[in-house]
Amino acid sequence: MTTAPTPVPATASAAQSGGGAPGPASSPTASAVTAVQTGAPRPAGRRARGSRAWLAALPLVLFFAIGFGLPAVAIAVGAFTTSSDAPDGGGTFTTDNLTGSLQGAYWTALWGSVKLSLLTALIATVVGLPLAQAVATSRFRAFREAVMSASGVLANFGGVPLAFMFVATLGNSGEVTRKLGLTEHGWNLYTFSGLSVVYLYFLVPLMVITITPALEGLKAQWREAASNNGATSLQYWRHVALPVLLPSLLGGFVLLFGASFAAYATAEAMVGSSVPLISMQIGDALSGNVLVGQGNLALALGLDMIVVACLVMALYLPLQRRSAKWLA
Amino acid sequence: MARLINRIRFGRGLVLLVCGIYFAVPMAASLWFSVDDNKGGTTFRAYTELLNAPGFTDSLVLSLELAAVTVVVLLLLLVPAVLAARLGAPRLRPVIEIMCSMPLVVPVVALTTGIIGVLRWGPDYLQDTPFFQTVVAIQDPNFPVVLVIAYVLMALPFAYRAIDAGLRGVDVVTLVEAARNCGAGWLRAVFTVVLPNLRSSLLNAAVLTVALVLGEFTTASILGFTPFSVWINSNGKSDGQMSVAVSMLSLLIVWLVLLLMSAVGRGRKAARS
Repeated sequence: MTTAPTPVPATASAAQSGGGAPGPASSPTASAVTAVQTGAPRPAGRRARGSRAWLAALPLVLFFAIGFGLPAVAIAVGAFTTSSDAPDGGGTFTTDNLTGSLQGAYWTALWGSVKLSLLTALIATVVGLPLAQAVATSRFRAFREAVMSASGVLANFGGVPLAFMFVATLGNSGEVTRKLGLTEHGWNLYTFSGLSVVYLYFLVPLMVITITPALEGLKAQWREAASNNGATSLQYWRHVALPVLLPSLLGGFVLLFGASFAAYATAEAMVGSSVPLISMQIGDALSGNVLVGQGNLALALGLDMIVVACLVMALYLPLQRRSAKWLA
Repeated sequence: MARLINRIRFGRGLVLLVCGIYFAVPMAASLWFSVDDNKGGTTFRAYTELLNAPGFTDSLVLSLELAAVTVVVLLLLLVPAVLAARLGAPRLRPVIEIMCSMPLVVPVVALTTGIIGVLRWGPDYLQDTPFFQTVVAIQDPNFPVVLVIAYVLMALPFAYRAIDAGLRGVDVVTLVEAARNCGAGWLRAVFTVVLPNLRSSLLNAAVLTVALVLGEFTTASILGFTPFSVWINSNGKSDGQMSVAVSMLSLLIVWLVLLLMSAVGRGRKAARS
């Protein structure tokens, strides 16, 4: 973008390198037109476009404010007020929702979600890296592309179909369970470990997708330089590749944690509430499965979840920026 | 050195083998499960009776409609904003970027909680205002607009990334300058020069969105609507075999569509160069 020869050298490069410096703009549109015709440098034309450009983004901003802003407000307000079916008519400030959402069964569920997400994200990271490396360095282009597109499908394949697929495979009357008699060996899909096995089915491909650009960014020269200096393959990975990959790996781990933490459909379709997870509890609470007067408890649970997810993102974004810098 | 290469080959083979088994076995087993008649033979009952299953067509049509509308709304909102940020108002970029990352931060369940919170304002506080009619109208079970809103929000990050990646490979500023210098108006420059160059990334964004909408379960099920994924789940409680069959079919369809899209994209590139 910066060095390519452009058909309109003077104006284009001026406009590109301007960095948004505002110029004098008494009648911006007219000056833009003359600028195009005369080929003179024209910071004013840029300004004119800028003012109209805001308009093009307006629908998105409005939509976002309504579609995202209102629910956010509803959660923020609802989590701290009594619900409308409460004895006092609702709307008074309270922290009971929040304290209630961090106690008893809800706390167990929150902790269960965090445990499940940590475990599955860790396994998926450890498995995903060698898999991505094996695929990225493969000599067959068709194979690479097939795996990448398959990963794209599977990474988004959470949800109900995934649950049914595993019920058919490893469930109590699943094909593999019956063939190998896994039930006698203590296997049960509808448990914490069973759910972990299922989650990996979309987390590992997600890791492959996330880490592959970073792996492709590892320059062949680095490996050559390392081996010219007498480094073994192991030393190369230990001292060159992994340090470079670390931000991407951590970022990927955090991303997987978030995906696993937010997952709802798979667990709902598969185990119902036999494994305590925060997303299940919210679903239950929203379906009216709470005591009278605690309707806003679900909103407080939602707030808990957002707080955890925000922590996750606060970790992820700097890591991602760091890895982008390394691999640029 | 040769031994080292051998060892790497071996390690690569092992990794691919283990992962291949893990990813292939559930698919094969589900396929078998969907045709297994439990007497050692095969039956295609689950597939042949699919069309007659109660609710199958209705829910599928609803899902497809939701997907189409979501894609259109999403692109209409997102593309002008992204192009504007690239072409005229660089200061918009961080704003759009933040807006498009926010839905990633909020888990879908939590977003749904918020939506229910807003929908409850309807009967609670707005009983006598026109807003109440709006709140009722967007929950029409025949075409729940509220789901479109939720789906557009959920697809925003993925669509934004797809389009942003496409824009990175195209020098839009220069293209537009060139088109403008040749006398094209703004709209013409965007429609005949910029958008065709973004075709594959727009397609990509659309495919991701369609896949997301067709598979989405959380919001629809909690809000009590019955698009396809919710139907699969409720049907699975009564007819597990058929639901497994449908699950396999849906996976297959998404995959085929993705392959087709990438093939189209590649064919286009090859034809151009």
